[in-house]
Amino acid sequence: METRIQILAVTASGLLLLIVLELVRRRRLLERYALLWLLSAWVLLALAIWQGLLSDLARVIGIIYPPNALFLIAFGFVLVLLLHFSVAVSRLTDQTKVLAQRIAILEERQRRGVAEDPAERDREDAVEFVASSPRSR
Amino acid sequence: MGEVVRSLHTHVPDFDVLVIDDGSTDGTKDVATAAGAKTLRMPFNLGIGGAVQAGFVYALENGYDYVLQFDADGQHIANEIAPLRAAMADDPSLDMVCGSRFLSAEHGYPAPISRRTGIHLFAFLLSRITGQRVSDPTSGFRLYNRRGIALFARDYPHDYPEVEAVVMLHFHRLRMREVPVTMRTRGNGRSSIGSGKSIYYMVKVLLAIFIGVARRRPTPEPGDEAPVAAAPNL
Repeated sequence: METRIQILAVTASGLLLLIVLELVRRRRLLERYALLWLLSAWVLLALAIWQGLLSDLARVIGIIYPPNALFLIAFGFVLVLLLHFSVAVSRLTDQTKVLAQRIAILEERQRRGVAEDPAERDREDAVEFVASSPRSR
Repeated sequence: MGEVVRSLHTHVPDFDVLVIDDGSTDGTKDVATAAGAKTLRMPFNLGIGGAVQAGFVYALENGYDYVLQFDADGQHIANEIAPLRAAMADDPSLDMVCGSRFLSAEHGYPAPISRRTGIHLFAFLLSRITGQRVSDPTSGFRLYNRRGIALFARDYPHDYPEVEAVVMLHFHRLRMREVPVTMRTRGNGRSSIGSGKSIYYMVKVLLAIFIGVARRRPTPEPGDEAPVAAAPNL
């Protein structure tokens, strides 16, 4: 592989690795979502440095120019990452829906409970009393 | 909408009316409360599936035996609830009774041809899948019993849920029936399905039907009846 391309590949994947690690360190990125990023960065870095492995891999797949194999693998990782995020977004959507429903039902119960249920109202009063006692002192 | 709530109070006085305000900005909740309905106010717009499911969860948790799903835009007529209730009372094994616009001879429900084509396509597919005639799969005028409520409180499709709900019901081995009703064209409020969205609607519902068929066997939940049970007296 030509030196210039190798330098570019090593720099880019090294940078990616560092950025991901830094984001995790600052708690801007959860470990759960960082794992796939770290895996891809490590693999790309290893392939960029270890030329023999990359050219062997390229020959097995049938790619004449080894750096193209690197791009292909990077593309594969991007696809997997995107799918991973779509799954994550779907799960969040579902969780958000359930939360919204719970809030709506709890709010309704609260409105009704205060108005109708005497036992509930007494408890509400008690809570209010406890909460307000420090101020009255 | 206050009118719809009042007509429900008149025609089905033994039902509590619960209005679901799906994050609207037009004061739906206040109008409904003023008309004497209970309200569930969604903190933001969930889409019809999530909003309707909130109603099922509410009914399940508050121990209601039946849920009637009824559009607030004036499309459904409170007069027509009686046949739904009669059908449910006739056959206690029914878990859902659905009001259909297309069963009565003189229906002539005025819908744009594109919408009707879609409805008939879904009707054809659902009839094949469930092995019974389903004439109006997009109707949201439905009466559910406790089992129907429990199923949909646990799992209800996200958007455009009516068609998919029929598939779910079938594969959970719950039973449904349609009864003929008349419906008005929408009084006020736009349909949730604009013309631009109708293609998305078609594709989404078709996908949902096929996924629903692929899902087929419901996952047993803790406390459910076992999918395979030994006969008591072998």
